[in-house]
Amino acid sequence: MSLDLTSERGVAVEAQQQFDWKDLAGLPYSKLDADAFSRVRVILMNGVESEALRFSHLLARASDPGLRRTLALVRRAEQHQQTLVNWLNPADQSPLETTIGYEQVAIEVTAHLAKHEPDPYLAQVYRFGLLEDFDHLYRYAALLDRLEGKDANNLLQGYTDVRPGRPTRDHHRHPDEDLARPYDRRSAHPLSKLNALTLVAGEYQTHDFYMHVGPLYADPIARQLYAEIASVEEQHVTQYESLADPAETWLERWLLHEATEVWNYWSCAQDETDTRLKAIFERFLDYELGHLAAAREAFERLEARDPFLVIPRALPDPIKFEGHRDFVRETLAREEDLRRDGTGFVPSAREPERSRALRSRLNAQGSPSEAVARGWAWRPGTELVAEPAALH
Amino acid sequence: MARTPKHPSDPTDLGRNRTGTRSAPLRTKEMLENTAAVPGAMVDTSGLAMARVELSEAAPPVGTMPPPGSVKGMAKAALEALQGEKATVFLDKLGERLAFERTGVRLYEAVLAKMPAAHLGKGSLSPDRVRRFRDEEQAHFRTVREAIEKLGGDPTALTPSADLAGVQATGLVSVVTDPRTTLTQCLDALLTAELADNDGWKLLIAMAEAMGQEDLASRFSRALAEEDQHLVSIRRWIAERLEGQLGAKLPAPEFGVPPPA
Repeated sequence: MSLDLTSERGVAVEAQQQFDWKDLAGLPYSKLDADAFSRVRVILMNGVESEALRFSHLLARASDPGLRRTLALVRRAEQHQQTLVNWLNPADQSPLETTIGYEQVAIEVTAHLAKHEPDPYLAQVYRFGLLEDFDHLYRYAALLDRLEGKDANNLLQGYTDVRPGRPTRDHHRHPDEDLARPYDRRSAHPLSKLNALTLVAGEYQTHDFYMHVGPLYADPIARQLYAEIASVEEQHVTQYESLADPAETWLERWLLHEATEVWNYWSCAQDETDTRLKAIFERFLDYELGHLAAAREAFERLEARDPFLVIPRALPDPIKFEGHRDFVRETLAREEDLRRDGTGFVPSAREPERSRALRSRLNAQGSPSEAVARGWAWRPGTELVAEPAALH
Repeated sequence: MARTPKHPSDPTDLGRNRTGTRSAPLRTKEMLENTAAVPGAMVDTSGLAMARVELSEAAPPVGTMPPPGSVKGMAKAALEALQGEKATVFLDKLGERLAFERTGVRLYEAVLAKMPAAHLGKGSLSPDRVRRFRDEEQAHFRTVREAIEKLGGDPTALTPSADLAGVQATGLVSVVTDPRTTLTQCLDALLTAELADNDGWKLLIAMAEAMGQEDLASRFSRALAEEDQHLVSIRRWIAERLEGQLGAKLPAPEFGVPPPA
């Protein structure tokens, strides 16, 4: 069943300031008992909320006082929503374990979006990024095992494979290879716009998270690995961000941001099995419908156009939160060797020299992602279950 | 203060833990099939080791000792009685104990906050005992503070070993302050702290004696006697609680008995 955006107006923005500190910093989910996809949804929605805040601040800088006030009201609610969602992560989940969750988000959500993306070029962009995040998961899982003696599958719960993708040492490329071809705002399918914004949100927060936690590590390889992968995540943000049509007006973008939030919370609410988390996602879906209503009013007032020329009248099917093992495996077999050339995709042999040169400088003293995973393969219960003969 | 009702489940109840492969046998089978193709079955952690070795040689320390301040009277005499650079080794370890005792007070306070929600039963554990140990940790903190001042050091400075004691204690603080942990789980964290603390005091006594600081050694010995009591008590509390939870007596009576002198 779809959600009709023309009739749903959610909770009015003024009625949304219903939080106190205990609500905002409530009890977390259980790292041990929660389904892996509950963690995935929490992490995803933190990313979506953080993108909403970031965008709203930028829009406010270019807005008149009336719109600034509306944005400030909406933003206050968004910030509190983000707090409540992000604080669902438990304290016994180390930054590295949370990192495993971030990569599971990047793989499984991107795989879903790539499978359902109507534009073949955009789908290719998503599959390309997917294979890189898939390799990041393998490298971080090796680090988790070799640094903390922990099994990444305690978090992944068998939904997501842990094996090399396109090697991380090959991900770093010239910025000319990060920019992609934008969709056309007039002809693009609404789902394409929501997909692109969802990925911008996810990758942006991943980059920021790695930049925050990377220096918290003492181990030299851990510090280097976070630096190495954060650099790729910045490339991914650039890649996904460039998919949006630059001719979109700022208010069109606001509408799309709010519609993306509605779509994501609605998707989370559909799939969530934990009743407490489901209630949170449903509550925030109502809040987001209220934000969308505010954006629609601003759009109608300032652009004198029908908002439903920009956003769909009914939401596309929800994101399904599930493992995409076969899709990832097939994509890996077919496209691991792809590299970027400008906005296009080429076999590795035809990768531009500018990217090779940039990479060889970065890897001049070795690649931390190679060092951390040398000889490492996932085994249930960490690599230490291997026969002693296999251990050096 | 409004109290919420006690949650009905215990961590040792059978629940929904999904972390193991047996929770998802079919998914695990597929995962293993896909992983079997990964080359390199030879475990090789040399990448981490080489980076650690290389940087360990080149890295500066986490920090250094503070420069001597204005040292007067007794303090100057005491400092001069210590031999040269060795004084800083002693002061660094005193700084470590100071930091540890300070954190120790906070650990006990967090454990006290666990007690209203816990079932205490007939064991020897009581809030009064925990409060007394907390106060003794604070007294030990003062003892070390006075010792550092006597030697002309700055007890407000964070010495390198004190800093690392803080790093070590990070996990203990997380365990005891998490509302989801039980009293028994927190006593385990306290036991870890007290085991290290106990040896820390023994080392301080030995160092004080080696440096001719008999008065300090004597004061530290009094602190150690109390720390011994903390250790014995915490071991006993853990044993009593586990016996209650197991529904069986622990057969090893030496658990909870003081270590040989």
